[in-house]
Amino acid sequence: MRDFIQLNYKPYEGDEAFLTSATTRTKKLWARLTELFKEEQKKGVLDISQIPSSITAHQPGYIDRENEIIVGLQTEAPLKRAIMPYGGFRMILNALKTYGYEPDPHVVETFTKYRKTHNEGVFDAYTDDVRRCRSSHILTGLPDAYGRGRIIGDYRRVALYGVAKLIEYKKQEKQAIDSSMSTDEIIRDREEMSEQIRALQELQQMASAYGFDISVPARNGQEAVQWLYLAYLAAVKEQNGAAMSLGRTSTFLDIYFARDIAAGILTEERAQEIVDDFVIKLRIVRFLRTPEYDALFAGDPTWVTESIGGMGDDGRPLVTKTSFRFLHTLYNLGPAPEPNLTIWYSPRLPDAFRKYVAKVAIDTSSIQFESDEIMRRAWGDDSGIACCVSPMALGKQMQFFGARANLAKCLLYAINGGRDEITGNQVGPSSEPVTGDYLSVEDVLSKFERMMEWLAGVYVNAMNIIHYMHDKYAYERLEMALHDYAPLRTMAFGMAGMSVIADSLSAIKYANVKVIRDSTGLITDFKCEGDFPKFGNNDNRVDHLAAWVVTTFMNKLREYPTYRNAIHTQSILTITSNVVYGKNTGNTPDGRLKGEPFAPGANPMHGRDSHGILASAASVAKIPYRDAADGISLTTTLIPEGLGRIAEDRANNLQSMLDAFFGATGYHMNVNVLNRETLLDAMDHPEKYPSLTIRVSGYAVNFIRLTREQQMDVINRTFHGLQS
Amino acid sequence: MSKEQSSQAGSLEGKSPFELRIYHGENISKSDTDKALKSGDIGFLHSYTTGSAVDGPGMRVVAWTTGCHWRCQYCHNPDTWKIHNGIPVTVASAVEELKKYRHGLKTMKGGFTLSGGEPLLQDRFAARLFAEVHAMGIHTAIDTNGTFGSRLSDEELKSIDLVMLGIKTWDPERHKKLTGAAIRPVLEFARRLAAANRPVWVRFVLVPGLTDNMGDISHIAKFCADLGNVERVDVLPFHQMGRYKWRELKLNYLLTKTKPPSKELIERVCSLFRAEGLIAY
Repeated sequence: MRDFIQLNYKPYEGDEAFLTSATTRTKKLWARLTELFKEEQKKGVLDISQIPSSITAHQPGYIDRENEIIVGLQTEAPLKRAIMPYGGFRMILNALKTYGYEPDPHVVETFTKYRKTHNEGVFDAYTDDVRRCRSSHILTGLPDAYGRGRIIGDYRRVALYGVAKLIEYKKQEKQAIDSSMSTDEIIRDREEMSEQIRALQELQQMASAYGFDISVPARNGQEAVQWLYLAYLAAVKEQNGAAMSLGRTSTFLDIYFARDIAAGILTEERAQEIVDDFVIKLRIVRFLRTPEYDALFAGDPTWVTESIGGMGDDGRPLVTKTSFRFLHTLYNLGPAPEPNLTIWYSPRLPDAFRKYVAKVAIDTSSIQFESDEIMRRAWGDDSGIACCVSPMALGKQMQFFGARANLAKCLLYAINGGRDEITGNQVGPSSEPVTGDYLSVEDVLSKFERMMEWLAGVYVNAMNIIHYMHDKYAYERLEMALHDYAPLRTMAFGMAGMSVIADSLSAIKYANVKVIRDSTGLITDFKCEGDFPKFGNNDNRVDHLAAWVVTTFMNKLREYPTYRNAIHTQSILTITSNVVYGKNTGNTPDGRLKGEPFAPGANPMHGRDSHGILASAASVAKIPYRDAADGISLTTTLIPEGLGRIAEDRANNLQSMLDAFFGATGYHMNVNVLNRETLLDAMDHPEKYPSLTIRVSGYAVNFIRLTREQQMDVINRTFHGLQS
Repeated sequence: MSKEQSSQAGSLEGKSPFELRIYHGENISKSDTDKALKSGDIGFLHSYTTGSAVDGPGMRVVAWTTGCHWRCQYCHNPDTWKIHNGIPVTVASAVEELKKYRHGLKTMKGGFTLSGGEPLLQDRFAARLFAEVHAMGIHTAIDTNGTFGSRLSDEELKSIDLVMLGIKTWDPERHKKLTGAAIRPVLEFARRLAAANRPVWVRFVLVPGLTDNMGDISHIAKFCADLGNVERVDVLPFHQMGRYKWRELKLNYLLTKTKPPSKELIERVCSLFRAEGLIAY
């Protein structure tokens, strides 16, 4: 795949002037969907199909058959959601109940009597420790009741090779291990590969129901997009993963478009129309989920992440005209959170492209930026992002995704000898709590390290169980069919509360923190005497404490063996669940009050980064990537006026800022360019802002889909640039 | 900042660089203040921020000094009027802090801006800071009302890459009423900068009912064009974000009812500058 791209693609170093606007057809199709979106927004879900979804479960569906260029829907009608019970049936029942549907008794019987799910398997194997940590919310968002996601099939392979070839290769891979002894691992591998072959056969069947023979390679641009999309569609029919990312398709597809255009069989307008139509399909991917799930993840995200740009190992930019065409959909169809367009940014990218992406970020707030320099060196130049910040080599690497440990709570457990600061229950191992009236940094650090070690053990345990059961009961057959045999596996742990901890440790070290106990001796509050340096001001005295907690926890995790020998990684990313984590965490030594949200991802705490965006970004850039290889997320909110007095200055300044951040060790930056007034108005008049997109920690959402609490959280974040 | 300094200044830092910040330096005696002003070893800063895109070219680090002898009716930083509202900062610690951003500021085609307050009330501190920062290869700018321009030698002016000069209005009477000060020294400084061919951006704050006299604006435009060294004119629309500071400082704010200028008015004023061949936004 990589060779095909490298040998055939043509870098494009020009600007956006060649792009064409949406055709009447595209506008009509999009208008039709816009009507359906309104209805969906009103009802929560537009419609539900209770046929358990599989690649071939539903008849072909269309939005407007005559006027669609790229076809294929998850069910027989647009926005109609299917049930995917293998991850967990309870979530399905809850969702049906919420939206007023009576569960189909046959389905209920099947999944309660005959068929076990991932969710049940996990709870059969959970230890008491894991259960306690789950209910006390020190471990939150574990994918134990739904699909884990964050696996990217290399969907491009279907277009390049055709399915027949892929089946043949899989059979060869399977034969290649025939001589191996039938151990647990080898038996599982063989069974999985048989399932993968079956999934590829089903993909072919599904395609032929739409009238395509995808056993052969795609012959032109339109077919390449169609083949690739059908492969992706099969994945989202089979799996309701927490993130169902697309990969890195634009430059691959550009090879086909460029060839068609050179041969005179494709116009620029038509090429854009095909891309627009493809993106329309990606925007209407839907899963049936519960309101609690939506509250945790903010909105109803699918994370159809598409990686764009970046540099090749040989020094040529991987930017093509189709990279521009993808981004241009944000103008042709308007801003939107999906697909999650992610720029692999390097200061070495062509000037015109860097200018254009800065402009798109300012105009639409719908793209995010990640460091091409860091990720390429780690995983190669044919890698993609799963979800928000998780990089992986496409078709050669997958991850076992797994939520977050609330490290701020862990710190409180350390102080309280393992007791929960809210309930008073003994959750962690019983140990000596802090005894004096004041916290001492040596004492707290040593207690904290021990508590981290315990938490890391429980966390790895939980993840091993979850992924064992997910492989067993809800295996991603199609996605894994589009991987090489025995891919590199990572197990992606996560941390919440990094900046709370950094500031808390800083308070303990540089100020005097007095403890306040309740009648049972539980430390429930702190009084900080004096001031202390805060994370987010480019001050090494505290920034190194943030780096310390990341590295220390990572090393604790590494001490425990993982399922399938996956490599331990960690992300500093919370989506919007920073609100939920905060809600479940008591007062912290930094002065954060019980229930107050954490900062999202690796961000400094709201308002404590008092010296502007460069200082704030510089602090975050000090988090060592080697100990957070699953990504470090920084969200920044800027009002347009703050970026410059005129449009041209704004684009130039944003580009400069990105050059500086990614030229240093910055990993990820989300840029929200908007003003406070717009947001306040949108809270009260959601109907006026159906497509107002804002980025929250690694991701963009429709603002109006957030809960009021999350909306306030977004607004209260530092608005950099109010001066002048 | 150096260790001692930052621990000293650390406890004085506000939650946000834009919050009202007063009386942080009040326990410093007058003689110490005078000594500091004279030597320039120590300056008084209200706050600083990084990544400003609206205080000169590119992305910049901006420090606001305290102390201003003018009393502009529309001032949005009245909390910087008194010098003792600032945090004492040594030249060395300010330079130390800026060093962290040296590389980034170059990448961002930005630099360092000293704003205020009126930075040239602390002219020795400003001159020493600019000399060191300029020597580091960082682009330097000052945002000043120009009255004390004469306090800087020609040599010292060379370490300031850009002067952002506020011209508030044209008519001397109206200028006096608006700012409490005379316009003559401002224009003299402007002419001196022109003679030395130093780059200048002129900043003009547009306040409806106060500075929107088209005759005055035309005069300013003509004056700027004749100077020949004005690279850009910033027409800054009045806003009400400074109002709460007047209230909290118990100062008499005369512009409670003034609205920010309309887009049309801003455009009209810009076009007066453009008519003289100037670049104006």
